[in-house]
Amino acid sequence: MTSLFAKFNGTASALGALVEAGGRNPFGVVIEKPLSSTVGLIEGRETLLFGTNNYLGLSQSARAIKAAQDAVAHYGVGTTGSRIANGTQSLHRKLETQIAAYFKRRDAMVFSTGYQANLGMISTLVGKDDYLILDADSHASIYDGSRLSPAQVIRFRHNDADDLHKRLKRLDGTPGAKLVVVEGIYSMTGNVAPIAEMAQVKRETGSYLLVDEAHSFGVMGERGLGVAEAAGVEADVDFVVGTFSKSLGTVGGYCVSDHPELEFVRLNCRPYMFTASLPPEVIAATMAALQDMEAHPELRTQLMDNAARLHAGFHRIGLNASRQVSPVIAVTLEEMGQAIVMWNRLLELGVYVNLSVPPATPDHRPLLRCSVMATHTPAQIDQAIDIFRQAGLDAGVLNASVA
Amino acid sequence: MSDTIESVSALIIEKLLANPKVPRDIDGNCKIMEDLAFDSLAVMNFVMEVEDTLDVSVPLDKLADIRTINDLAACIVDLKNKG
Repeated sequence: MTSLFAKFNGTASALGALVEAGGRNPFGVVIEKPLSSTVGLIEGRETLLFGTNNYLGLSQSARAIKAAQDAVAHYGVGTTGSRIANGTQSLHRKLETQIAAYFKRRDAMVFSTGYQANLGMISTLVGKDDYLILDADSHASIYDGSRLSPAQVIRFRHNDADDLHKRLKRLDGTPGAKLVVVEGIYSMTGNVAPIAEMAQVKRETGSYLLVDEAHSFGVMGERGLGVAEAAGVEADVDFVVGTFSKSLGTVGGYCVSDHPELEFVRLNCRPYMFTASLPPEVIAATMAALQDMEAHPELRTQLMDNAARLHAGFHRIGLNASRQVSPVIAVTLEEMGQAIVMWNRLLELGVYVNLSVPPATPDHRPLLRCSVMATHTPAQIDQAIDIFRQAGLDAGVLNASVA
Repeated sequence: MSDTIESVSALIIEKLLANPKVPRDIDGNCKIMEDLAFDSLAVMNFVMEVEDTLDVSVPLDKLADIRTINDLAACIVDLKNKG
C-alpha cells in the first residue's frame, strides 16, 4: 500500500538535518510568555524579540487590551459563524467603517485573517478570461489566491516596472481585464515596491492595481497608510489589502476600495463567505489599536529610526543586510550550514529572529529575517547588533579582523 | 511562424546547459522537476527566462500540465501560434 505520508519524506529529512545541525527546531520556537512587546521568555531566558512583525508594539497596547476585555464582557467570545450565513454583528460594520474612513475609501471588507483577505480578493476579482499579473516574489497568500482563481496567471520580475510593462504589452489585444498585484514591503527581504512606477504602468495599460500593504501599513506614509500614500499614488490603487496582525497587533485582514462593486465581491468570495467571522474581542482590540496608531504618529518615526539604527549596525559589522532601510531587515547568508549555526547562536545569546530557508527565499540562499519595532529601545538595538556580531563570528559568517 | 517544437526544445536545452548544475546528457524527454531536480520556484524562474527570449508569456496554470522539456516547448509553440 502506498503511504499517504511518503510525500513528506523530503520535509522529514530536511527538518531532521536542521535539528541535528543546530539542536532545535527553528520552526517550533515557543515564546513561553511575552514580558513586553520587545522581550519574551524563550527556553526560560529573557530574549529580545526581533522576529514578530509587531512593528508598533501594539499587541501589548493597554487601550486594545481594555477594549478586548470590555467587548468579551458585552458580546461574548465568538460569532459562531459566517457573516453571510449567520449574520453580521454591529462591531463588524463599525470596524469596516473605521478602516474605510482611515483610508478615505468608500468601503471595506474585513476578513478573518490577512491570508484570507488576499486569497479572497484575488480569487474573486478575476474571472476565466481575465489576467492576474503578479510580482515574482509575491507572498504565498497571493500565489494561493491565484491558484483558486480561474484567471490566467503571469509573473513579472520582482519590483521591475519595465518588466511588468513588457508583459502587459504582450497581452495587448487579448480580451479580459488585467489585475496587477504587488506588495508594499516584501515580507522576506524588506524590499519596498517602486509603487509610483507601477502605478504609471497601470495607468498606461488600463489595468487594475491591487496593493498588499500588509507589512507597510502603520509603517510608511504620513498617516501610516503604506507605500502608496508615501509615494502619493493612492488614487491609482484600486484595492488595498492588508492585515491587522502586524502593525495593529491583533488578527484579521481587510480590503478597502472606492469601487462600489465591493458589495458584490462579498457575495462571491468564498474565503469570506465560508468561514467564521472575527470574534468581538478581536474587533474591539483592532479598533482601539487603530485609534492608538492614529493618535501616535511618533511611533512611525521611532520605528524608522530604529530600523535605520539596526540596518547601519549590520552593515558596520560586515553583514550582508538588505539594501533598503525598512522595518524588515534580512541578512543573507551564503549557505544553510552557516545559517543554522548563526540562528541557533542568536537564540542562545538572547535574540529571536526568523530563519527563512529556500524555496521560501527569493534566490535560494537562506535569510536571517529581522523585524524591528517602534518600542525597541536604542540600547536593545545595540545589544542585538553586538549579539549578531558574536553569533556571526561563532558561525564563521564574520571575520574577527573586520567585525 | 518559424518556431517548431524541435527548435524551441533545442533552445530550452541550450539555456538549461548554461547552468552548470544541470546534467550534461539531457534531451527533450527529460522531466524538468524530477530529472533536473528543479523545485517549483526554479521552474517558474527558468520559464521566465525562456519567455523573454521568445517574447511569449506562459500562464502559470499551463505549467501544471508540463512535465518534460518537450511539453514546455509544445506549450510555447501553441501559445505563439495563438498569439
